[in-house]
Amino acid sequence: MGHDTNYQDREFKTIGTRVKRPDGIDKVTGRAKYGADAFAPGQLVGKVLRSPHAHAIIQKIDISKAEKLAGVKAIITSADLPDLTGSNRGMTDILENCMARGRALYHGHAVAAVAAIDEQTAKQALKLIKVTYKLLPHVTDVDEAMLPDAPIIQDFVLQDGKPSNIAGISTFGHGDVDAGFAEADVIVEKSYKTEQTHQGYIEPHACLANVSSDGSGELWVTTQGHFSFRVVCSTLLGLDMAKLKVTSSEIGGGFGGKTHVWTEPLALALSRKANRPVKLVMTRDEVFKASGPTSSTSMDIKIGAKKDGTITAATAILRYQDGAFPGIWGMLGAMTAYACYDLKNVKTVGHDVLVNRPKVAAYRAPSAPMAAFGVESTMDLVANEIGMSPLDFRIKNAAKEGTQASYGPVYGPIGIGPTLEAVKKHPHMRAKLKKNQGRGMACGFWFNFGGQTCVDLNIGPDGTVSLTIGTIDVGGSRASLSLIVAEELGIPYDQVRTNIGDTASLGHNDTTEGSRGTFSSGMAAIFAARDAVGVLRERAAKMWDIPVDDVVWADGVATATGAKHSNLPPLTLADIAAKAASTGGPIAGHNEVVADNAGVSFASHICDVEVDPDTGGTKIIRYTVIQDAGKAIHPDYVEGQFQGGAAQGIGWALNEEYIYGADGCLQNTGFLDYRIPVCSDLPFIDTQILEIPNPNHPYGVRGVGETSIVPPLAAIGNAVSHAAGVRMTHIPMSAPRILKAIDDAKA
Amino acid sequence: MRYETPTTTKEAATLLYKEKGQAHILAGGTDLLVRMKMGMTEPTLVVDIKHIPAMQAITKSAAGFKIGATVCGAAMTEHAALGKAWPGLVEAANLIGSDQIQGRCTMVGNLCNGSPAADSVPAMIAAGAKAIVVGKDKRRTVAVDKIVTGPGKTSLAKGEVIEAITLPARLPRSGDAYLRFTPRTEMDIAVVSAAVNLTLERGVVKTARVVLGAVAPTAVIVAKAAKAIIGTKLDDEALEKLTAACAAACNPIDDKRGTIEYRTKVAGVLAKRAAKIAYQRAGGTL
Repeated sequence: MGHDTNYQDREFKTIGTRVKRPDGIDKVTGRAKYGADAFAPGQLVGKVLRSPHAHAIIQKIDISKAEKLAGVKAIITSADLPDLTGSNRGMTDILENCMARGRALYHGHAVAAVAAIDEQTAKQALKLIKVTYKLLPHVTDVDEAMLPDAPIIQDFVLQDGKPSNIAGISTFGHGDVDAGFAEADVIVEKSYKTEQTHQGYIEPHACLANVSSDGSGELWVTTQGHFSFRVVCSTLLGLDMAKLKVTSSEIGGGFGGKTHVWTEPLALALSRKANRPVKLVMTRDEVFKASGPTSSTSMDIKIGAKKDGTITAATAILRYQDGAFPGIWGMLGAMTAYACYDLKNVKTVGHDVLVNRPKVAAYRAPSAPMAAFGVESTMDLVANEIGMSPLDFRIKNAAKEGTQASYGPVYGPIGIGPTLEAVKKHPHMRAKLKKNQGRGMACGFWFNFGGQTCVDLNIGPDGTVSLTIGTIDVGGSRASLSLIVAEELGIPYDQVRTNIGDTASLGHNDTTEGSRGTFSSGMAAIFAARDAVGVLRERAAKMWDIPVDDVVWADGVATATGAKHSNLPPLTLADIAAKAASTGGPIAGHNEVVADNAGVSFASHICDVEVDPDTGGTKIIRYTVIQDAGKAIHPDYVEGQFQGGAAQGIGWALNEEYIYGADGCLQNTGFLDYRIPVCSDLPFIDTQILEIPNPNHPYGVRGVGETSIVPPLAAIGNAVSHAAGVRMTHIPMSAPRILKAIDDAKA
Repeated sequence: MRYETPTTTKEAATLLYKEKGQAHILAGGTDLLVRMKMGMTEPTLVVDIKHIPAMQAITKSAAGFKIGATVCGAAMTEHAALGKAWPGLVEAANLIGSDQIQGRCTMVGNLCNGSPAADSVPAMIAAGAKAIVVGKDKRRTVAVDKIVTGPGKTSLAKGEVIEAITLPARLPRSGDAYLRFTPRTEMDIAVVSAAVNLTLERGVVKTARVVLGAVAPTAVIVAKAAKAIIGTKLDDEALEKLTAACAAACNPIDDKRGTIEYRTKVAGVLAKRAAKIAYQRAGGTL
């Protein structure tokens, strides 16, 4: 036991039960406080002026008229944000993304910001700021950005010593793909495109910044990682980290988009200049234009196989756009593309490409869904060519324990094979299809992440337990972590409450990303609870005046063992807590850990879709998610993650896309024309949880939040292609694209 | 910004006529509030017409139905007689927005917003609906197809307000239908739409009107499409002619919601399907 991270098989009492989440009532009644729900005395309203152009030099910003407007308390431009980042390129990019420095790099790039007494005044002030732009040629398409004569976005990005928009080229793989293709009986090569999508969280970015004249500050903010927001904001503003207290609000969805700062440094800078609290809430229009959507992509996939279904070689050339600043998105695509398969010869090349679009951020298993679309579509084509069922073809080539992954490591026990076998057994695969309906399936992979974690566990005088964590709860993790503490202490779930601490209450915690919340804070909570058990045994020993070795903790009580004291009645948590003042003070457990080896995650999805051949319209008829959770701490929220990822994937596959005009401006900056699915667009999404324990977590937990968005683009693509009788290679598969493909195939 | 709540249509018309700045009528507000929020309009005067009794009811007389300008979509759904006589029109009005929007949005608002993609407009035109227009001095009755003159533009003079929509007396063996294509099942705007209203005599189409939406700056009455099915029992040849006539009448644009090619093709598909539904509603057997 103790702090051993190894998996130990055991019977659970509370783990795996479907208890109510502690934040549920507040969320459904409106009591929960989100980013825009904080108020401070004397607070001002912050608003941001944004570039109407895709690419332009900012020649002059005249704020003289705006400054004179009654009620305007502060106006900032990049001049108010001197570069304090040193030689840290990543930080400089964040600074420039938050506020343009001499040039606007995308439609919606922040140019200036205002703090005023009310929203109307702030809006009026924005209109009074006169910006003189000199337009530059722009490029928003990833393929066009790679052409030799494309407008250059960042001068510091070079390829072969020359300015380029290719910010990175990452190559992965092993074996000899040329030799592998030479062995193949069948080779399929296909190119694919996917359009840019946004996470579409319902809560826009919002914060309340309050910087004091003594150099200390507070930030209330909707975020996936208040500790990393503290690091970034204090660096950009030159504040001491300990003097900036960041408190995370409840979060109305993040999916990766709230792992980065967008307007928060501006709110702090405005507050510092105005010497008043500043509340800054982005509009939906701003969220679309100037937060961090995911990449649009262009891909060439090539797979060769023998007639018996053995893949002999596979390659993927991936081009991912990063927006206007370098990222690692093409690299992640290249790492994940073939992670589901056991391949002798494989090579993937990911290009990270700059365009005049907003800086790309993580979106749930970032970059994996697009690569999976290309690979899993091609897998179906190869299976058809060799006359094998796509499912059996995948089963034959699935990665297993001991497989060297295409991105390098050798897998431990993994779930891809079991999810595929579960697909084979699932009744969904045998359900009859009607006219114009098609079925598709696809697999997906995500790494998962652990990282730095720190928790505090405190036992109150009445014996109730409070767990304070630093990984914000975006998917029900407070319930899961309370279950873990209840399990370790042997007490009922209701006796434990999990809260999110601010940055002043705990050591640094990495952001809630990489599906790490329940994995890493769960590990720390187990260890903290075990520490607390040690203290409880000591206190019980003291109360009984017996050696601590003669006290055992089980089922929520301390029991004295051995013939000498076995007549002593057991002591409950409440009994021991009540005497804490006389036995050594408050009872607590604490843990800091770098939670390594998060345990990779795999899923297989099945989808039935109906296509109207005369309109190209689609309807998802049935959808099944089968995924390995390692161990489902709270099955409801595991299923919720499975369903949520599938729902987002359905929107991405069918309708969601950033639409840019010839002027480089984003045309659909609202939910009317950026179409995330509404409830009536979705079937009930069926789920099946598999539990293949992660050997590197005491309970066997793997992250579960992200993998579910990886297979949908491909599963739906395969289903639509089956139903329509024509291979779809461009996501989203909107009705006009499907109808055109059907008509083109007829012609 | 001033906010007024007149209790007569004439009073509303006078307020609007006299306003020197930007005046807007507020009924359900489902278009106006969005436009204000997006900064597309900054009214100096908002005239809320929901307190005007003459605009609040659905009434039925020998002359047909009269639907007040502030009657919301949900109220139309709940009116059984209206739904029985004009199921296509009620369906069209019900496609606007979502359940929540239905509790606020009105057909007159949908009409005066002037969107080429307005759902209720093709259905109203197909039905032969008329608008009762009230100015500060006089009233006039105008066919609904004469109200919208282009995207966001109407033929209403300054200060003129639509008080109600009237529908003609419903002949027996009549039926109407409205279909639209949207990427989503709700909370969406028509990429292309079609309304058909017809009357049968012994199973043969005697009169018909076919109207397309979102394929031109305003809703398009396709007389040739109506002619193609008049005198038929909607046989394949008639339907093919109707489809071709619809495609020929389209003058759409390429935009973020759809392509010219797509709209032109699907307009005919929807018109054909709507014609079949209307035919069956009129008692015809296919």
